Amino acid sequence: MTTQQAPAIQVHGLEKSYKDLRVLRGVDFTVARGSIFALLGSNGAGKTTAVKILSTLLKADAGTARVNGFDVATQAADVRECISLTGQFAAVDEILSGRENLVLVARLRHLRNPGKVADDLLARFSLTDAGARRVSTYSGGMRRRLDIAMSLIGDPPVIFLDEPTTGLDPQARIEVWQTVKDLAANGTTVLLTTQYLDEAEQLADRIAILHEGRIIVNGTLDELKQLLPPAKVEYVEKQPTLEDVFLTLVGTKA
Amino acid sequence: MTKHFFGDTTVLLGRSLRHITRSPDTIITTAIMPIAMMLMFVYVFGGAIRTGSDTSYVNYMLPGILLITVASGIAYTAYRLFMDMQGGIFERFQSMPTARSSVLWAHVLTSLVANLVSLVVVMLVALLMGFRSSAGVLAWLSVAGILILFTLALTWIAVIPGLSAKTMEGASAFSYPLIFLPFLSSAFVPTDTMPGPLRVFAEYQPVTSIVNAIRALFAEQPVNTDIWIALAWCVGILIVAYGFAMNTYRRKIS
Ligand SMILES: Nc1ncnc2c1ncn2[C@@H]1O[C@H](COP(=O)(O)OP(=O)(O)OP(=O)(O)O)[C@@H](O)[C@H]1O
Ligand SMILES: [Mg+2]
Repeated sequence: MTTQQAPAIQVHGLEKSYKDLRVLRGVDFTVARGSIFALLGSNGAGKTTAVKILSTLLKADAGTARVNGFDVATQAADVRECISLTGQFAAVDEILSGRENLVLVARLRHLRNPGKVADDLLARFSLTDAGARRVSTYSGGMRRRLDIAMSLIGDPPVIFLDEPTTGLDPQARIEVWQTVKDLAANGTTVLLTTQYLDEAEQLADRIAILHEGRIIVNGTLDELKQLLPPAKVEYVEKQPTLEDVFLTLVGTKA
Repeated sequence: MTKHFFGDTTVLLGRSLRHITRSPDTIITTAIMPIAMMLMFVYVFGGAIRTGSDTSYVNYMLPGILLITVASGIAYTAYRLFMDMQGGIFERFQSMPTARSSVLWAHVLTSLVANLVSLVVVMLVALLMGFRSSAGVLAWLSVAGILILFTLALTWIAVIPGLSAKTMEGASAFSYPLIFLPFLSSAFVPTDTMPGPLRVFAEYQPVTSIVNAIRALFAEQPVNTDIWIALAWCVGILIVAYGFAMNTYRRKIS
């Protein structure tokens, strides 16, 4: 249980229902420190629900979850000290400027030099020129970059990214991917949810698929690929993509 | 956690006040309706209304107009809170190591500031229209105190739909009956001309005692039991609304 050795995230038997809808029915997984963990799932699989529980916004019905060694239910304040959340929909203040948004978060995280923190992040996310403009004038991609920049303030050791690249153009996606890789290289633990299988392939050290309330597979990309015959003989021989694995396991209805 | 309560509330109050200075139309819209009513009542109906007192009609109806100003102003309190809940920024704040109730208190204090500004605007127009009072400092302070208590009480009522409404209209519709309430009171006409049941309602509802107390203070008449009844109403509503609002809030964040 010591904060130092414990995995960054430990989830055990997590359950959550909305009224009759049983969304999570016993979710288990562990995320090692400094690694990137991708949670895959179709629409409505419960990815956002899981992320909200881990970031102390929702209470689980059963099971335990620890982040950085702290229990999300009983030590929520400690958990909040060491996480940050980039939700599925950009959580930025439209009426403030980009810079004011960053300063606001830096102040609320009780950092010493909010102005400098903001300017550094604006530069890092190519937003310096737009920094003084109101966020309501930003494009979707700029808004998302600002959103992610706001989440990096204070260098929290664990970061949750809920579908961080949904709605971004290919160039912006690659920029976000690079940011995520840099974070992990510097020791930050990243849990991201995504519907883009190539995103998980590109980024994740481990991939888990959430389906019908449970984690049905959890492994490295190579391990997942071994769940299918290594190569299918068609007209041309090709390696299965993660997409093949996903669709086989989840079972397409189409 | 709580050690940051005042600092965090101040930061968030600064944010909301900035919202208001960037859309001052909310103050203007709040003030315009009561001003229009005041113009209509004084110049159209006023000549025909027998108040049974020797003060000018502007003097007679200003207290009611002030209460209407607050009742229409708090619709924006609910609106601002609703927008934060919708936009996801509320969840961002809740997942940060910020004193949790600061978000709510910042909205409440913003409501107080915005309403006081609107009240001053309406009061200035009333002065132009001939409102006069020779009340001393103590009486003015008492009026201010009653209005602040009234604003806080209605603000906590506004917090409830602000947190729980599903649509923007729903978030502000609750204020219509509150705006209407002064018409069924002693605000514009003496209650003794009203028919039976209506008169009973008018005499015992909170607005009448608050209006009578403010009117007496402005007119330098001895404040009788009205002021105590008025204070009791304000404090009572404040406590009940606060209880319900906090309850709603706790259900939202857990
Ligand atoms: N507050 C809520 N009340 C009732 N049902 C909810 C609530 N939030 C989510 N749900 C339902 O729970 C299920 C899981 O939702 P969740 O948002 O966790 O899925 P998701 O995997 O993030 O989906 P997506 O890929 O579309 O973002 C969905 O069926 C959703 O309709
Ligand atoms: Mg989701």
